[in-house]
Amino acid sequence: MKSQVTGRTIGADDTAWSRLRSVQAPWAWSFVGAVLVWLGIVGVFGFGIASNVAQTALTYGVFMVLVGLGQMLVITSGVGNIDLSVPSTIALAGVIGMHVMGGADGRIVLGVVAALGVGVAVGLANYMLIRLLRIPPIIATLSSSFIIQSIAITQGRQLPPPPPALGAFATGRFLNVPYIALLALALSAALAVLLHRAVYGRKLSAIGQNARAAWLAGVDVHRTRCVAYVLCSMIAALTALLLAATSGGASLDMGVEYMLISIAVVVIGGTLVAGGKATIVGVWGASMFLFLTNAALNALGADAGVRSIVYGVLIIAVTVAAGGKTVR
Amino acid sequence: MTPARFSIQSTQARLRALLPAISLIAVLVPILIMQPAVMSYFGSSLLLNLAVPIVLATLAQLAIITVNDLDLSIGSFVSLVACIGATLLVKEPWLGALALIGCVLAYAAVGALIELRQIPSIVVTLGLSFVWSGLAIVLLPSPGGTSPGWLGTAMNYQTPLIAAPIVWSVVVAIIGHVLLMRTSAGVRIRGAGGNPRAMRRFGWSLVRSKATLYGIAGIFGVLSGLSLLGLTTSADANLALRYTLLSIAAVILGGGEFIGGRVSVIGAVLGAITLTLAASFLAFLNISADWQVGMQGAILVVVLSLRVLLQRGERQ
Repeated sequence: MKSQVTGRTIGADDTAWSRLRSVQAPWAWSFVGAVLVWLGIVGVFGFGIASNVAQTALTYGVFMVLVGLGQMLVITSGVGNIDLSVPSTIALAGVIGMHVMGGADGRIVLGVVAALGVGVAVGLANYMLIRLLRIPPIIATLSSSFIIQSIAITQGRQLPPPPPALGAFATGRFLNVPYIALLALALSAALAVLLHRAVYGRKLSAIGQNARAAWLAGVDVHRTRCVAYVLCSMIAALTALLLAATSGGASLDMGVEYMLISIAVVVIGGTLVAGGKATIVGVWGASMFLFLTNAALNALGADAGVRSIVYGVLIIAVTVAAGGKTVR
Repeated sequence: MTPARFSIQSTQARLRALLPAISLIAVLVPILIMQPAVMSYFGSSLLLNLAVPIVLATLAQLAIITVNDLDLSIGSFVSLVACIGATLLVKEPWLGALALIGCVLAYAAVGALIELRQIPSIVVTLGLSFVWSGLAIVLLPSPGGTSPGWLGTAMNYQTPLIAAPIVWSVVVAIIGHVLLMRTSAGVRIRGAGGNPRAMRRFGWSLVRSKATLYGIAGIFGVLSGLSLLGLTTSADANLALRYTLLSIAAVILGGGEFIGGRVSVIGAVLGAITLTLAASFLAFLNISADWQVGMQGAILVVVLSLRVLLQRGERQ
């Protein structure tokens, strides 16, 4: 019995300690990691190659940032909330967007609206399943992702290429910074205002920390959570258009890798997995960190297997170091 | 409470317990009507051959859902086991066996770590899935390898009267049910999911329970990987990735709950078989390949809605 009592006290100390650390700057770790890896690349391969790598990171790492931002909103809305339908949403939105645009510059706006519409529909459908069937989000978004994937497959034939203007935007740069990175930056700023300066952000944090307390305080838990899912799917839809534009066309499997990555960057970035505390800067730091690590291992000649092992060990190590909330 | 009311309630509870069996019948009967040959020894054997590894992977997932956790790495773990089986186990059986034991111990250690540090299993097993996949790719960079001779013999063993996959599934279901539901150790382990605080106060170690259950999951994962290898006779690092989601769906289909240690071994086995049959069912229906994945999602949604309806009845 004695050992259990001490076990509990240590547990309490632990939470206080980790809370203190997370108050300081949970996002800083991933940034420090990213900078260290980059400096490592500079040291081994020289500045020229390292600046090239940084530029690539600002294009391809940004996709990780985008899907991560969406997933962050969902994860923040409370324990167990997670969106597994991101890859299939990317597939469907990409396919629909390309069809509506039909390769013509004049219809880009229409295509963007259609893709975002797909995002809204998927988000609403996801939350309806969670709410009506009262099933865990992981199963609800899994079931819906099967259905979405099938719809995408039926629409995925004879896809027109992306309009030239969209392609130019996706590969263009302003002062050596890709437009895509600027777009993601603008989106991050908007989300930062939404999370930290608007009522919605307060509500989202509140339901993430304690849904019942938030409900008693008059927060509309379901509407708030639903908006998080819708925003997540909309951001995934936007990512789909950018991915299609960068790679010269939409494909059905272009989002596959982002299911696990979207969760990984959120966790490594320092967002609480139990919900209630989000960090946008952390998502950027973690995305850059993971992308640069991948690039460095690649350059060192490590094969896909070794890279995957390093990824996994990193995710586990960060989670173990951060510890968890005792409340479930 | 009037007796009539009571009987309605207990009927509904019974219906809910029977739901896995009902959904299996709902898939099986149309198949039998369309293809009566399925009833034969060889028909059932063909149809259900791939069910054995799925059943075993589902039980691995069930062990982890019992303690309110979720394993997102079981698919890549099963693939890794198949890769170990196809390479090390053939060339250097001792090393292969050691590697498999090491994998099971690693699983148990992760379980202990999750409880000790109070970290979310979803994230840790997500990281683990990268590690397992990486190891599998390092072992077997391109699809190939061979299955050890004894494994193929074991998987192709012809049981008398009833096809082998059915026999194996029933045996596994009964053994699992007895161990988890009827022994005191099983009750204690389920308690770790049902009411962890009570278990801690009673002086039972939650760390040990979790490590045990994760270890059991590892053992079932190894069995699943080896049986899959015995059927396919060659391995690939992506061989069983879909098992992760399939196994979660099968446990839920079988009446398991995500919280509270409420799981059913027999239900989960039925759920795994239902999902295996659902794929063939859709093929028999001549549904275009485009919609097969979507229909599986739709079947999941329908069964889960039925469950909600029955639960609502119980509550009233």
